[in-house]
Amino acid sequence: MKPAPFVHLSAGSIDEAVALLLEHGDDVKILAGGQSLVPLMNMRLAQPAVLVDIGRTPGLDAIAVDGALRIGATARQSAVLRSPAVAAAAPLLTDALQWVSHPAIRNRGTFGGSVAHADAAAELPSALLALDAEMVARGPQGERTIPAGDFFVTYFTSALEEDEVLTEVRVPPRSPAERTGAKFLEIARRHGDFALVGVAVSLSLDAEDAIAGARVALCGVADVPLRARAAEAALVGTRAGDVAAATEAGRLAAEGLEPPSDVHASARYRVDAATTLVRRALLAASPTAPGGER
Amino acid sequence: MAIDASSRHDPTARRVVSVVVNGEPHSALVESRLLLSDFLRHELGLTGTHVGCEHGVCGACTVSIDGQIARSCTTLAVQVDGAEIRTVEGMAPGEELHPIQQAFRRQHGLQCGFCTPGFLITVEALLREIPDPSEEQIREYLSGNVCRCTGYVGIVAAVREAADLMREA
Ligand SMILES: Cc1cc2nc3c(=O)[nH]c(=O)nc-3n(C[C@H](O)[C@H](O)[C@H](O)COP(=O)(O)OP(=O)(O)OC[C@H]3O[C@@H](n4cnc5c(N)ncnc54)[C@H](O)[C@@H]3O)c2cc1C
Ligand code: FES
Ligand code: FES
Repeated sequence: MKPAPFVHLSAGSIDEAVALLLEHGDDVKILAGGQSLVPLMNMRLAQPAVLVDIGRTPGLDAIAVDGALRIGATARQSAVLRSPAVAAAAPLLTDALQWVSHPAIRNRGTFGGSVAHADAAAELPSALLALDAEMVARGPQGERTIPAGDFFVTYFTSALEEDEVLTEVRVPPRSPAERTGAKFLEIARRHGDFALVGVAVSLSLDAEDAIAGARVALCGVADVPLRARAAEAALVGTRAGDVAAATEAGRLAAEGLEPPSDVHASARYRVDAATTLVRRALLAASPTAPGGER
Repeated sequence: MAIDASSRHDPTARRVVSVVVNGEPHSALVESRLLLSDFLRHELGLTGTHVGCEHGVCGACTVSIDGQIARSCTTLAVQVDGAEIRTVEGMAPGEELHPIQQAFRRQHGLQCGFCTPGFLITVEALLREIPDPSEEQIREYLSGNVCRCTGYVGIVAAVREAADLMREA
């Protein structure tokens, strides 16, 4: 299993990457960490004629907080996982990254690569949906931002145009006074495998620990990560950590799901897993849960 | 990375990749599609790094790139031009085995040995990050390395012993 021949071009800047994408038209792909693309090329499921390598492009891998949390597209997954700034501003991402593959793969795989690849079973897209994040893309016409809710189009397809580079992911700030809860949970065949079903929960709480706002997002249950809106609506006003409310939210989240059946799990199993995971994640995200206080 | 104007559009064009492997500088003229695993094995003759699945799943090909473990089968040689690579050949300081290798030998952390180079490099990184890991931490860290022989019990025991040896040292 070896890749077919291709031309490898290193982009010295984001603008050069965009220019190279434009110049090479149809059969060009961005190479970031290569942890999804190189396996696909080894198996000849992808045979791009040209690779534009952004893995070492300066200015693309910064992690910064200036109001919003800003994660550069080529920040390695392991760097984001270890970042104290990320753990403080968006603990849900730190939590989710622990489920993404293995240390050797996270050391090379990039944060933006996992987003752009748009695997329906990947953890980060659902976590970003639950955080109301925005993706920043640069193309020949300049820069635009795409809300997470519009970014994932279908299996392995994002809203990025062929000549656009994802440059950054922005997570909106929260006020330091705000009480919040966050949890990512999943069921996978083996630790580090893609999720059969995963759930990301992000809560904001009032002074009495009542839920003022809830975001619940699922991966592995459809062609894109999904918000469980009926469950979110039902949670508002209930107390964080309330077992009955969490159980009802799990039931509502699974209602109407039509997940895929495949060799890993049946559709029926995925529905049951979603019901249970939503309940567990909500209870674990409550500030009274061990490790739940943020 | 040497690349002239005429080779810019030729997918079979070769270019020079220079790396330091286990402290020794090496350069070779390679195609862009050459995997780091094949670069090490075929260009440099370092066959200690094993190749199992060639799509990132089994961990046999794990090496260290600039101090960070990585799959050499899902990394292109051209991506690591200028990097420092460490492979299993660099572990034993001389005639004597590295403490992790000694522990694997004593605790039956290997049978056929196919997975072993990847485990050894991964365990080295684990013990650097967590010098005294619990069994759960060991199993989680090594979940990306597949062994078809041992059933993992000997491997976990070897990591525990290596941790003790290295903390005493
Ligand atoms: C054994 C194994 C297990 C894995 N397990 C998981 C898992 O449990 N969960 C999970 O989420 N992932 C998993 N992965 C995938 C891994 O997280 C990849 O790193 C990630 O999906 C892609 O990131 P990358 O930087 O490696 O991107 P690449 O492989 O370089 O690129 C992937 C795709 O995204 C495009 N792309 C990359 N960056 C950009 C950009 N900035 N702008 C526009 N397009 C871009 C590329 O053109 C390509 O089409 C696993 C991979 C392996 C090999
Ligand atoms: S050969 Fe590289 S992970 Fe299996
Ligand atoms: S010892 Fe044979 S595969 Fe691990």
